[in-house]
Amino acid sequence: MEAHAAAAHDHHGPPPANVSSRIDARVLGMLLFIGSEIMLFGSFFTAYFFVRVVNHEPWPPHGQHLPVFVAGINTAILVTSSFTMHWALTSIKRGNRAGMQAGLALTFFMGLTFLLTQIAEYARIGFSPNDNAFATIFFSLTGLHGMHVFVGLTLLLFATIRAFRGHYTPDHHHGVEIPGIYWHFVDVMWIVVYTTVYII
Amino acid sequence: MAERRTWNPLRSEQEAFQFLIAAMGYFGAIALAAGFGGLWAGIAVFAVLTVAGVAWFLNKNRHLDPPAPVDSKETPADVHHVLVVANETVAGRKLHDAVRAAADGKPSRVLVVSPALNSPLRHFVSDEDKAREAAQGRLNHSLHALADAGIDARGEVGDADPLQAIEDSLRTFGADEIIISTHPEGRSNWLEKGVVSGAQQRFKVPITHVVVDLDAEAAEAPAAR
Repeated sequence: MEAHAAAAHDHHGPPPANVSSRIDARVLGMLLFIGSEIMLFGSFFTAYFFVRVVNHEPWPPHGQHLPVFVAGINTAILVTSSFTMHWALTSIKRGNRAGMQAGLALTFFMGLTFLLTQIAEYARIGFSPNDNAFATIFFSLTGLHGMHVFVGLTLLLFATIRAFRGHYTPDHHHGVEIPGIYWHFVDVMWIVVYTTVYII
Repeated sequence: MAERRTWNPLRSEQEAFQFLIAAMGYFGAIALAAGFGGLWAGIAVFAVLTVAGVAWFLNKNRHLDPPAPVDSKETPADVHHVLVVANETVAGRKLHDAVRAAADGKPSRVLVVSPALNSPLRHFVSDEDKAREAAQGRLNHSLHALADAGIDARGEVGDADPLQAIEDSLRTFGADEIIISTHPEGRSNWLEKGVVSGAQQRFKVPITHVVVDLDAEAAEAPAAR
């Protein structure tokens, strides 16, 4: 009783949160975060389709061309990076540390290549965000996605550094799993952006 | 945790990766159809794949394997652990009698769990403060009644889903016996939802079902005085 009273006296801060075992709290956090991200992207896609539908003009407008081929190569790079991400996680689950390190490093460098290629594409595309509604929504959507790639790269960078410093085991690899979920989400969003903005 | 996994693309990296592959196929087919067959071919492929995807998802979740029964955390052999799960009937005399009977003659530890029942809308928006407050009030009343009856019990407010509340308690408290208290048939929401039969399937621990008729007890009380 006294020990309990002493422990209660030593406790500072709010009472412990109610925890249910339905889902791991860290995975739930990422799930809620991605849910909010889907709503954010949804608002941008709504604006994009609104602009396309009300314009009654060819898409993209005359005189403006999208680099579909370069973006296609970039898409292939980003999708491949999801495979290396999956390889990294599969490797650590099997105790293959070198595989995890190689997978994470490859994923990071492919993501970086994607981002740098997109920046180079912006510089040479021939129109700017304030030219017309098409240009505004094009830069908004691809820029929003680019920022998510940047966030994903930051997560991957820390995961890679930790992997090379000997962190993670076959039983404890949340630090790879959660950036992996985020990275796949970023890739899926790019597939949607590429298909709707560049192809259709 | 009982593994009854509905497919969720955001729960694990493995599932997110599978979702990515599916997204590639889905958007790839739409883009190819639109590219070679024109806009209406793209729309047709979009409609067919979307309907097929939704049908597959619903069908997959309908035919999930039943979950493996959940065992309790180990309890000391010399102390009998009783887990009581009750909500509105938590103050019922019949429940207290059942707890006394379970604890009778042996060193026992009793944990009373009162699920914080909530409306679906409030649950969805995580507005559970009032539900937890109400559950805590009922729990306090019950603990006082058990203490008056000479039973030393402690209590917790649990998850809104009674089966989940039981599972959470089995992980931290453990139990040799679970007592579930409900209203009589026809008035019990838990019986209608199959909480007792669900618990018998889901948990390896012996389960006692106590039916508490609060109206009858209230009518009997003045007569007893």
